[in-house]
Amino acid sequence: MEATFEPKILGMLCSWCAYAGADTAGVSRTQYPPNIRIVRVMCSGRIDPLFIARAFESGADGVLVAGCHSGDCHYISGNEYAKDRITSFGGMLDFFGIDQRRLKLAWVSASEGTRFAAVVAEMTEELRALGPLKLKVQ
Amino acid sequence: METHTYDTLVIGAGISGMQAALDLADKGYRVLVVERQASVGGTMVKLDKTFPTNDCAICIAAPKMVELARHPNITLMTNARVERVSGSVGNFEVAIWRQTTYVNPLTCKGCGDCARVCPVEVEDQFNAGLSKRKAVYLQFPQAVPAVYTIDYAHCVGCGACDRICEVGAISFLKRSQALTVNVGSMIVATGFEVLEPTELRREYGYGRFPNVLTALQYERIISASGPTDGKITRPSDGQTPTRVAWIQCVGSRSLKGGYPYCSKICCMYATKEALITLEHAPDTQATIFYMDLRAYGKDFQQYYRRAADHGVRYIRGRPASVEENPDQSLTITYEDTLTGEVHAEQFDMLVLSTAVVPSSDNRRLAQAAGIAVDAHGFFVSQDELLAPLQSTREGIFLAGGAQGPNDIPDSVAQACGAAGLAAIPISMRKRAAEPEPLPERDVSADESRAGVFVCGCGKNIAGYLDISAVATFAGTLPGVAFAETCTFACSEDAQRRIRTAVEEHGLNRVVVAACSPITHGPVFQQTISEVGLNPGLFEMANIRNQCSWVHSHANDHAPATAKAEGLVRMAVARADKLRSLPAQTVEVTPSCLVIGGGVAGMTAAVTLADMGITTYLVERESVLGGKLNTISTLAPSDTPAGEVREQLVRAVLQRPRIKVFLSAEVSEVEGYVGNFRVTLDEGVGGAITQLQVGTMIVATGYREADLRGRYGYGDDLRVITQLELERRLRDGTLGTPRSVVMVNCAGSMDAANPACCRIGCTISVKNARMLRRAAPEAAIFMLYQEMRVYGKGQEEYYTHMIEEVQPFRVRYDSARPPEVRARGRGLTVSVYDTLLREDLSIEADLIVLTAALQGDAQTPRLKQMLKVSTDAQDFYSEAHAKIRPLDFTTNGVYLCGADHYPRTIPDTIAQAAGAASRAAIPLLRGRVTVEPIVAEVDPAVCTGCGDCVPHCPYGAMGMDITHGVVSIAEVLCKGCGTCVAACPSGALQQRGFSDGQVLAMIEAAWPQ
Repeated sequence: MEATFEPKILGMLCSWCAYAGADTAGVSRTQYPPNIRIVRVMCSGRIDPLFIARAFESGADGVLVAGCHSGDCHYISGNEYAKDRITSFGGMLDFFGIDQRRLKLAWVSASEGTRFAAVVAEMTEELRALGPLKLKVQ
Repeated sequence: METHTYDTLVIGAGISGMQAALDLADKGYRVLVVERQASVGGTMVKLDKTFPTNDCAICIAAPKMVELARHPNITLMTNARVERVSGSVGNFEVAIWRQTTYVNPLTCKGCGDCARVCPVEVEDQFNAGLSKRKAVYLQFPQAVPAVYTIDYAHCVGCGACDRICEVGAISFLKRSQALTVNVGSMIVATGFEVLEPTELRREYGYGRFPNVLTALQYERIISASGPTDGKITRPSDGQTPTRVAWIQCVGSRSLKGGYPYCSKICCMYATKEALITLEHAPDTQATIFYMDLRAYGKDFQQYYRRAADHGVRYIRGRPASVEENPDQSLTITYEDTLTGEVHAEQFDMLVLSTAVVPSSDNRRLAQAAGIAVDAHGFFVSQDELLAPLQSTREGIFLAGGAQGPNDIPDSVAQACGAAGLAAIPISMRKRAAEPEPLPERDVSADESRAGVFVCGCGKNIAGYLDISAVATFAGTLPGVAFAETCTFACSEDAQRRIRTAVEEHGLNRVVVAACSPITHGPVFQQTISEVGLNPGLFEMANIRNQCSWVHSHANDHAPATAKAEGLVRMAVARADKLRSLPAQTVEVTPSCLVIGGGVAGMTAAVTLADMGITTYLVERESVLGGKLNTISTLAPSDTPAGEVREQLVRAVLQRPRIKVFLSAEVSEVEGYVGNFRVTLDEGVGGAITQLQVGTMIVATGYREADLRGRYGYGDDLRVITQLELERRLRDGTLGTPRSVVMVNCAGSMDAANPACCRIGCTISVKNARMLRRAAPEAAIFMLYQEMRVYGKGQEEYYTHMIEEVQPFRVRYDSARPPEVRARGRGLTVSVYDTLLREDLSIEADLIVLTAALQGDAQTPRLKQMLKVSTDAQDFYSEAHAKIRPLDFTTNGVYLCGADHYPRTIPDTIAQAAGAASRAAIPLLRGRVTVEPIVAEVDPAVCTGCGDCVPHCPYGAMGMDITHGVVSIAEVLCKGCGTCVAACPSGALQQRGFSDGQVLAMIEAAWPQ
C-alpha cells in the first residue's frame, strides 16, 4: 500500500493569543493531526517574510502564521502590521512557484483551543490535497 | 497559634482584588489575598468577550492571574474566608478559616488523572449549571493555582483519585485550618452575583422553561471554552436558535419586582451578546427588550449604534409575560412603548439580563469585619460623594462589585484607588527590597553544552509518547552534553537534579521538554539562575500541551514521539544561538507631576503626598478647584461645590510634600519614565521652572462643546448651558423663570457626534431639583433621548427627583431634534414626543442646554508633548479600555477624571486615587526594570531610513540625527519585535528572538 502523504506545517504563533490558544487546545484535549511544528514569537508583528521563505526552503509544505484577533493585540497594533506584511508576501509566492494556499494567516484567541485545532486540521487536509511542495530553485 | 504579619489583606481575587493586590505588591508591600473559591479570577473569567472592544476576557485576565500567583510579595490563600477582624487601622488582627480541599497544593501537578477516574458528576457552577464536572475538579482550564479541589459535599470517598494520583497529592486526612494574621490595612473586593429569577420575576419562566437562561449562562454558551465550545444551541434540544431575545432590567429598576437601582452593565453586555450571536450566525434575529438604553460610557453609544446597524433589533418595552409552546419555543407578549402596539411574538431562546445583586456572603463578612452594608447588602462608603472607597471602618477600603454594580474598567480604577488609599496607613513600613540579581557565569565565549530534560508529567506525556526515546534522541543532537528523563520536571527534586547536572556537567544551556513556557518557563529560568546561568540561556519544548495532549486519542505513539523529537531538535537548535539577556534597571527620580488642579488633580496630589511622595501640582488658572469654581451643588448629596472645593484646597495646602504652581502651563517635556524633565511656564512676566520627575498624572478635565448657532445659543441670552445655569444658581442670579426647558444631548447622540457624555442626564436631574428650589413656581420640562441615570444611587436619585420636582418629561429622537425659535418676547421649543407620538410646542423663558462634552482645549498641544493619543473629542486614550483604564501606553504617564471621559465626582475621586497608586509604583520601587527582550540596533548597518519608527506603538524609537541612525529607548520598548520585521537592512534585532534564533528553529523543524 502506498503511504499517504503527510504534509509538514510550520506554525509561527504569537505568544499571547495563538500560542496560548494552542495550549488551551491541549488542556481541553482537543485533537488535531501531528503535522505541525510550532515556533513561538512574542508578537505576530515580529514575523519576517524571510522566516516564511526559509520554512519553505527547509522542507515545510505549508506555513501557518497566527496571532491575536484584530483589536486584541497585546502590543496594540503588531497584528495589523503582520496582516499587511504576510498578506503582501503571500501575493508574491506565485512568483517563486509556491501555491498561495500554502501560506495561511489565522487569528486565534487564547480561549479558542477548538478553533486552533480546527485551523490545523483543515490546513493539513488542504496541503494533503495539494501534495508535497516542490521548489524549483533552492 | 502562629500569627503571620502582612502589610495589607485583600479579600476577594476577582479582577478588582487582583488589581488591588498587584498595585500594592508592586510598591513593595506584602499582601495576603484571601479568596473563597478554589481559583482566582472571579466573574470576569466566565465572560466570553468584553464590551465595547470585544476583547477576549480570559486573554486579558489570565496574565494578571499568573502574575498574582508568581508575585514574590503576594501570598495567595484560596478556599478561605475572613471570620473576624479586631484591632484598628495599622494593626488589624484577622481570623481566617481555610477550608481543606484534601489535595496538597504543593505536590498537585494539575494533570487531571483524578478527575478522569472520579465516578461522581456534579453541576458545574463555573458553567452556570449548564454542564457537569467531577467531585474532584479544576474550576476552569486556566485556573490559578492550577490545583485540583475535592468538593467534599459531593465526594463519595471511594478513593479512586487517591489511588491514581502518582504524586500522592490527595489526603483525606488534611484538616481545615484556623489562622490569625496581622495587617495594617484591608481591601474588600468580594464582587457581585446575579439574580436567579426563580422567585422574583418568575413570570419570565426561568427555571421552568429550559430555553430561558440568565445572561451569565448565555455568556458561558457563547464562550469558546464553555459547555458547548462556543456553539450557540438551545438547552432543550441542542438546536441552533434562529430567534434569540433579551429582556433587560429583570429584577432591576423596580421596587416591586426586585431592586430599585439600575444594574449599570446589562444594556452593554446584552448588546455585546447580541452582536456576538450575529457574528456566530449572521441570520439569527437578535431582539433586545429594554426600558432605557443605557449606553453611557466611553464608546458605548457607538457600540450600541453599531449593533443596531448590524441588525440587532431594540424594542422599548418591558414584556408582560412569557409562555412556552409545545416545541419549547417561547411566546413573549409585550407593548412596544414607541408605537403603543401590543404584540405576541415567538422566540427560540430567551436571555434574561438579571439584576446585579450583592454577594451572598456580604452580610456575614460585614459583621466579621465590622463594616456596614446597605439595605440590599452592598458595602457602603463612609461618604458617598467624597470618600467613595472608604468603608465605614478606618483602614478598610472597598473596590468593584462589592459596592454596587460596576463594569470592569470602573472596578479596576476603584481597585487601584483602594490600593493607593490602603498604602497610606502602611506608608512608614519598610518595603520589600527589590531582589538582588544573582551572580552569573559568563558563558559567551564557550561552546554550547546543553542539558536536555524530558518530562513525563506522570502519564500526561509519558502515557502518549516514548520519553526515553526522545531523551536518547536529544543526546545525539549537536551541542547536547547531557540528556535524561524525569517524572515531573517541575517538582522540587527534579529542579535539584537540573541544578546538579548544570554544575556536574558544566552545562551552559538548559532545555526542558515538558509543558508550556508561558506557565512554566519562569520556574525553570529561576532554577538555572540559582546555579549561575542567565535566564536567557533557557529554552522549552512544549511536548505536553502542544503534543501529547492533542494526540492522546491516537493508538500509535510513533507520530507523537516523532513530533516531540522534532520539537526538541528545534529547541536545541535555538538553545545553541541563545545569549545572556542583560537585566537592566533605570534609577527613578522619586517625585510626581500632576497636571490640572481640579477635583481629580487635587485628589491625586493628596493621595500621592500621603503615600510619602513629593508632588508638584500645576494649574493653568490662578486658583485651584477647576469646575468646582463654577458648579453650584454636587449630586447625589446636594453638597455645595464651594464647600468641597474649600475642603480639597485645604487638604492640598496643608501637605508640605505638595508644591503648587498656579497660572502655569507645561511647555516642554523630555525624557521617559523615571526621569522626565518638565518645563513649567507661568506666562508673560512669570517664572520658568524646570522640574525633574519620575512619573506624571494628567488630570485636565473637560469642557462644554461650542454650541453657537444651534438651539438659538449665542443669539439669545435666555439660551444657556448647564455650566452657565450652575453659575447662576450659585450666584443667585437666576431670576424667576416661569417656564424652563432643559434639552439633553445638545450636540451629542446624533449623526455628527454619536457620543453619550455619561454625566449629562445626572446633571440635568440634579439641576431640575436645584431649579425647583430656586424657582418653586416654574414649569420645568426635561427633553431627553434616553434617561441614562445608571448604577446604584443615580436611579433612586432620579425617582426621588420626579416626585419632588414633577417635571414634564419629553422623550425625543435624534432624527427629529428639538428646535428653538424666538417668538415675540418668548422662546418656543418644538419637539416630537416619541412616547405621546405627537408634536409639542413649549413656551419658555429659559432654555438650558446639556451640551456635548469634550476634552480640554489645550489637549492637542499637551498630547504632543506627552506622546499620548486622544479620540476625536479630545478625550485621552487609555492603554487598555478594560484592564488599564488609568495608564497610557507611554510608560510613566497616567490619567484620571474627565480628561479620560466625563464622570461623576465619586468616580473621579476613585480614579484619581487610582492614578496616584499607579504613578507611585515606579517611585516607591526606586527603579524601573527594562524588558530584557528589547530591540537593539546595529548602527554600522542602519541606513537611517526610519521605516521602523512608525511601527513602534510605544514611542521607543527615534532618529539619532547626529549619526543618521535609529535610536531605541530600551526603557520604553516592550519587546514585540514589530520594528525588527520592518527593518529593510537587517540592522535591528530582538534580544531572545533574533533572526538567527528564529531561523535556527525553522531549519531544525524537520531532519535536513
